[in-house]
This record gives sequence, structure tokens and C-alpha cells, in this order.
Amino acid sequence: MAMLRNKVCGFAAPRSAVLAGFLGLAACLGYGQAVNSCLDCHSTMPAPLGVTSDKFSQDIHAQKGLTCTSCHGGDASSYDPTVAMGSKAGFKGKIDRRQIPDLCGSCHSNPNLMRQYDPSLRTDQLAEYHTSVHGKRLVAGDTKVAVCIDCHSVHDIRPPSDPRSTVNPVNVATTCSRCHADANYMKQYGIPTDQFARYNTSVHHDALAVRGDLSAPTCTTCHGNHGAVPPGVDKVQNVCANCHVFQAQMYAKSTHSKVFQEKGLPGCVVCHTNHGIHMPSDAMLSTGPGGVCMRCHAPGDHCDRARASILANLTQLDATIKQADDALRLAESSGMEVSEARLSQDQARDALTKARVTIHSFQAALVDQDIQVGMKIAAANLKAGKDAMIERNHRRIGLGLCLIAIAIMLVGLWLYIRKLES
Amino acid sequence: MCADYIAQPRTTRRHAIEIFLGGGVLASLASFLYPVLRFLVPPPVVDLGGDEVVAAKVGDLKPNSGEIFRFGSRPGLLILESDGTYRALSATCTHLGCTVQYRSDLRQIWCPCHNGIYDLSGRNISGPPPRPLDAFDVHLRGDQVVVSRKREA
Amino acid sequence: MFAALYRWLDERLHLDGLIAPLRHKTVPTHRLSYWYFFGGITLFLFIVQVLTGILLLLYYRPSANEAFESVQYIVTRVQFGWLIRSIHSWSANLMIFTAFVHMFSVLFLKAYRKPREMTWVSGVLLLFLVMGFGFSGYLLPWNKLAFFATTVGTQMAGQVPVIGQPMMVFLRGGPQVTGATLTRFFGFHVAVLPGLVVVLLAIHLFLVQRQGMSVPPKVEAAWTANPSLRREMRFFPNFLLRELMAWYVAIGTLGALAALFPWNLGVKAEPFASAPAGIKPEWYFLFMYQTLKLIPSKVWIVDGEVLGILGCSLAGLFWLLLPFFESDKPARTRTWITGLGVFALVYVIVMSVYGYVAQ
Repeated sequence: MAMLRNKVCGFAAPRSAVLAGFLGLAACLGYGQAVNSCLDCHSTMPAPLGVTSDKFSQDIHAQKGLTCTSCHGGDASSYDPTVAMGSKAGFKGKIDRRQIPDLCGSCHSNPNLMRQYDPSLRTDQLAEYHTSVHGKRLVAGDTKVAVCIDCHSVHDIRPPSDPRSTVNPVNVATTCSRCHADANYMKQYGIPTDQFARYNTSVHHDALAVRGDLSAPTCTTCHGNHGAVPPGVDKVQNVCANCHVFQAQMYAKSTHSKVFQEKGLPGCVVCHTNHGIHMPSDAMLSTGPGGVCMRCHAPGDHCDRARASILANLTQLDATIKQADDALRLAESSGMEVSEARLSQDQARDALTKARVTIHSFQAALVDQDIQVGMKIAAANLKAGKDAMIERNHRRIGLGLCLIAIAIMLVGLWLYIRKLES
Repeated sequence: MCADYIAQPRTTRRHAIEIFLGGGVLASLASFLYPVLRFLVPPPVVDLGGDEVVAAKVGDLKPNSGEIFRFGSRPGLLILESDGTYRALSATCTHLGCTVQYRSDLRQIWCPCHNGIYDLSGRNISGPPPRPLDAFDVHLRGDQVVVSRKREA
Repeated sequence: MFAALYRWLDERLHLDGLIAPLRHKTVPTHRLSYWYFFGGITLFLFIVQVLTGILLLLYYRPSANEAFESVQYIVTRVQFGWLIRSIHSWSANLMIFTAFVHMFSVLFLKAYRKPREMTWVSGVLLLFLVMGFGFSGYLLPWNKLAFFATTVGTQMAGQVPVIGQPMMVFLRGGPQVTGATLTRFFGFHVAVLPGLVVVLLAIHLFLVQRQGMSVPPKVEAAWTANPSLRREMRFFPNFLLRELMAWYVAIGTLGALAALFPWNLGVKAEPFASAPAGIKPEWYFLFMYQTLKLIPSKVWIVDGEVLGILGCSLAGLFWLLLPFFESDKPARTRTWITGLGVFALVYVIVMSVYGYVAQ
């Protein structure tokens, strides 16, 4: 470089030409990389001021062409801090928490603007937020509540469909738990902080996080996301009904629905709890541990008798299905073919599942109808298994006869040989 | 040889040998031949191979109705649409494995467990099911409705 | 009636010339002559295989899509299909077992010695062919176990230097085990191997008929010293009737095994699924398989498996040519070969058991 400078020293025109050429080359090499003085400095700073370009490049806003100045203002082309972070360039600095929703909303609530980027994105998040517990408390001055960046993260915001996003269904519960499971943080609000722990033991968590079924519910499914409010006590069954349609329909027509509503009891939650919902079992109908009916009903009354009848029927069908399974397994291991009956067992199990749904009508007669369908099928399969074993025994009798014939032949041969050789 | 045989007097001992030998030969050969002969007769249910099955007879299904049939070790759903088209699909819901059914009122396939809905091509259009149902080919052979797995291209 | 038929045929074919030697054929009887039955039993089991195999052929379909279902059809829908199929599977195993017994009895009774070297060679070749029958037939039901056992087995064949890879591709009908392998193995099992076995069997039986039964050297020596000690039995009908009794016992055993311990169908093969843990070949290959497993992966500069395969092949070749290692001083090599035979028998048994119980 020094050599070049010396060489071109005396020639003004060639020098500026070369300089222009060099800048042009640099511009070509730097094509597509706008100068971002914010990142250049802040990527080397420690937290809380540090944001690396690696991190920011993951942000969907960065990928759509927005930069630091889009939210924070300022001048990203200058390396002079007084210019880059000057009020003349509109620098906002760290955004105050109470202003974050409005800042995000300045784009995200503008349908005309958002249409340019993704026409199918909703633009009512801010309006919903204002109806939520978080939104209302924020307006009242509580800065501890969640604002946009608490859930969506900041500087590396990913779309919810991205599995790494903090608001991807699989991660939502963890995101909510950051505040709602922190007993100290939540002390002043007087609400429980065990929801996350309970949810993690639940069958919904198992479906979502373990089996990967993205249709399974997480916090936001029942509570809403932007308009997060716990469902009203009288509205709980509406929420559950979105997936558990038949149970809800039967429940709505049942005696329990009216009574619970009158007494202000939270519908489904009364028997099934809310966050730590476990796989229901027939034990819930029993009078022992896990039984829910006797919490309200008196032993010996009409309801207790109905309960006992339903439980007895379910247990009988379950036992018959198991009996048939055992018989079929025995037949199979003895070499008999029973695949047709095995397939039919699925139908029997479906009938049992249906009967367990019908419990929510709280009418023993209706449950019995479904049970009888299942009993017929299971009984037929049990018979098939037993018939297969009878056929197996026939084979052994046939074998016995054949062996007798062979024994007679052997005796005959032996006698004949003896006679020949005497 | 036969003449010589009849001429000699039969002793009890020889009689015993004849009974055992003759009876043994007959009995043992019968017990070998009987299964073989039965084996040779084709069974009433003809083996069409693992790829196809007779799902129903023409006339079994009314228009706009469906029926479960067995395909290998899994259930299948045979549908006769109102315009006379037959459709056959796997009847195992892709969500949690329940058996789906045809809803003549919706003219769609419905899973009673969690309200999943598929269209008649098997595409999952509503509810939890994550994947479509496998579709099968249907042909009419005489008065039989034969369902077979889709031929790979 | 039989006499009239015989006379009719004799007028045209001069049967007397053929039948007469058979009428005069004798079988020596001594303490160890019960071992003579095992050749015939093996032959009978082979006939059972051919007959049940032909019956199965009426319903079996040799394509990857349909093989498993067709066997399932035979076992569940065809009348007595379960019986024919289980007899076929049991008889296969029993035949290999009796073939081994027959071979070892010939070895220890020294029947391989001059002038019966060719009988031994044709017999050992028959054993290889019979094990080929077992290997090819095992795949035909197209279940998971068979699929992976075939993959492992052909993989080992591929380890032979130089010719291994082409041989493996030839066996598999391609680089992997697929439906093409099934069709090919079916062709081997019902056409190629039966053809070869029939030819070798004809040679083997002709040699036995022509040369008569061998007598163990000690007995031979005793009889030479004192000819009055010689005991013989007429082949027809005495020996044959006894052989017939053995055959009846064999068929009874097969029927009992088929009815009491029916052969499993297994689970249909899925070529793209991963192999289940602990795949093992059938019991008659276990001793070789276990030997290969025990060889370290590298011996000096040679790959362990290659060394193992070569070793097995050399052992096989040596076994084939065993009679030619008997020198002019029979007594010493005889003891030596007996010792080798005992070692081989013990080795096969121990390694098979080890292979069976090992994880």
C-alpha cells in the first residue's frame, strides 16, 4: 500500500482514479452489507448492552430488512456516538416497558403495513392485549407484568412455527413459567405458582412435548395468548369443548351442568382439575382413592347406585376384553390363526372408549348401551379364541390317531421281520 | 402268487401279523393321504395375494354410505357415494389410531374420538389429524368390489 | 396279480438282470450296524421335503409383496396347510441333523476309507447342498428374522477375498437383499439345488449299491481272522423292512413335532427397518457364526472376518478331501483322523450351544 501511494503521489488524477476504483471495489465486495454501526459496537459489549450480529441475524425482523434503527431510532451509518445515538437522529435508547406494546403495535396493528410482509398475519394482537390481565395491569402502572418482548424475546424473535421460538406451542409453557412459576416474583399477586409443575405431569403435556402432537393444549390454548385471561368459572367447559366435543355435549345435557353452574363450580375442572390433568381412569368412579363422585354424593343415594352400576359395567367390559386378549394370545402361541378376532378386539376397545365418554351424560342406561355393544364383540372374540384352542385339541387328537396307526404298522413290521428270520 | 397264498393253512400267528401289517399299512397310509388330499382342494376363500381383498359385494352398500372392511391386519373404509363412485381408504385415524367412519350427513369422513375430519380423498381438513388417510384403488370384478393397494408409479 | 405284472414287464425289460443283484445284496451285522440306518433316514427326510415342498408350491408366491401373506394363507386357510408347512420346516432341520449324524458315523466307523473315497466326497458335497437348501428355504416366508439372517449370511460370503463381492451380488441378485433375492433364492431352492442334489444323490446311492456297506476296520480284521464270525442280513427284505420301521418312526416324529410345536410365521419383513438386536442364523450355521464372532477384528494385518471365512473355507475343503489324507500307514493316520473327528464333533456341539445361548 505504501509503495502504491508513493508511486501515485505525483499524479493527482490517477490517484483519485485509483482511490475511486478502490472504493468501488470495496463497495462491490461489501454489496448487500449495509453499514450497521450499532451492531459493530454493540456486538462487542457485554450484557445488557450486547447484541451480536449472529443473534440478530436469527431475528425475523432482520431477515425482512429491518434493523436496530427501525425500533430504537438513531443513525446506523455513523460511528460517531453523538451522531449515531443523537436525538437529531431520533434515538430512543432502551424502550421503556410501558411503551413496548405500542411500539410493536405501531407496525403490527397496521394492516396496510403488515400486508406488505405477510397478508395472513393477524393485526389485532395489541387490541387483545389491552383486554388481558397483563395489558390492564400495565396501563395501571405495574411494570412487572408481561409485555411483548417477555414472551416473544427480543433481538432474536422467531416466528411461532419455528421450533426454537419461545412462543412455539412446545415452548409456550416454559415461557409462561418464567414468571408464573416464580413464587417470589408472583408473591404480591396472590395466585398459585404451581401450574407449570402440575401441567408437566399432565396428559396434555405428554401429548404435546413427548408425543409431538401439536394439536394438544398448552397455556395459551385455554387462556388465550395476547388476551390472556383465565376462563371464567362458568366458561371452562366451553374451552374444553373445543377438543372434547362429545364429553362436552353430553355434559351440557346432563344434570351436573345446571347444578355446577348454579353453585358456581368450574365445570370439567371439578372432577378433572385444570393444570395437572391426568389420564382419567375407572378409579374416578370408585369410592376409594381417586374417586370423585363421593366428594358430593351421599353413599346409598340414587346417584351412588348409578355410579356403582356404571363402574361395574365398565369393569366387566374391560375384564372381558382382557380375557379375550389372553385367549387369543394363547391360541396364537399354540400356532392357531386368530388375526380376524384380534382386529375385532380393536372394535371392542373402541366401544369401551365410547362408553367412557358416555359417562359424561351421567345416565347409567346410556353407558350400558355402549357397554353391551362392546360386550357382544368381546364375547365373540373370546369364543373365537376358545374355538381356536378346541381346534388345536382336535389336531392333537388327529395326531394321536395317526400315531396309533403308525404304532400298529411298527408292530406289524416287527412281527413280520421276526417271522421272516425265525 | 395269490393261489399259493390261499392254499397254505393260516395260523393264528400269521393272522395276527396280517392284521397288524395290513391294518397298519391301511391306517397309516390313510392318515398320510387324507391331509394331503384335503390340502389339494382350494379353500373357499381364494387367496388374492396380500395386495387386494374383496371388500364387499355390489349391492351391499346403499348410495351415500360407508362400511368398514378388513384389509390385511388393519381396517379399511369403503364408501359408496351418491353418484355411484366407490372409494376406499385406510380407516385408522392418523391422530391417535381410532377407527374413522363415514358421515352421510356431512359427506365426509369423521373420527369420533377427537372430531377429526377428512375429505373423501383422505385429506385431513379439520381437527387434530396430522396426516391424510391412505387411499386405496377400487375395482369392480363381476359382482365383487375389490380393493387393492395403490400401484406405485 | 403282482406276478402277472412282473412277468409283463420282465418280457420287455429283462428285469431279472437288474433285480437279481438286489436280491442277493447283503448288509453286514455287527455291534455298530445300527448306524447304517441314518443314511436311509436322511434320504427319507429328503423325500418328505420334496413331497411337502411340491404341495407348498401349489400355494406359495415368491414375490416380496405376497410371500409372507401366501404362507399365512397356507397356514390359516388351506386345509391341513399348517401340517404340511410345519412338517416341511421340521423335516428340514431333522434332515440336516441326521445328515450330520450320518456323516460323523461314517467318519468314526471309517467307512470313508479306500475304496469308498468318492462316496465320502459326494456325501460332503451333498451336505453343503443340503445346507444351501436350508439357507435358501429360510428366506422364503419373507419374515423379519429370515430377512436379516440372509443379509448377515450373504454379507459374510462377501468377505471372501477377490471373488467375495461378485459372489455376494450373485447370491443377492443385487447389492442388497430385496425381492430380487427372494425370487433368486426361490429358483435355487426349487430348481437348481434339487437338480444338483438328484445328480449327486444318484452317484452316492449308486456307489453304495455297487460297493456294498463298509465294515469298521476292527470288525473287518476279526472277521478276516475268523470267517465263521461273519454275520450278514439280506438287504431285501430284512434290512429294508427295518429301514421302513425307522422311516415310520421318523414320520411319526415329524407329525408330532408339527402338531405340538407348530412352526412360527414371524412378522413380515420390512426392508427399510433397522435390524432387531441379536440376529442369529439357524442352528446348523451357529458353530461357524460363533467362531467368526470370536475372532478379533484384526489379526496381525489381516481383517478378522476375512481370516475367519478363509479358515472356514479351508476347513471345509480339508473335510471334503479327508479320505485322501489317509497315508499308506493307515493305523497312525486313522487314529489321527479319529481324533480330528472327535475334536470336530465336540467343537460343532460346543460352538452351537454357545452360539445359541450367547447374546
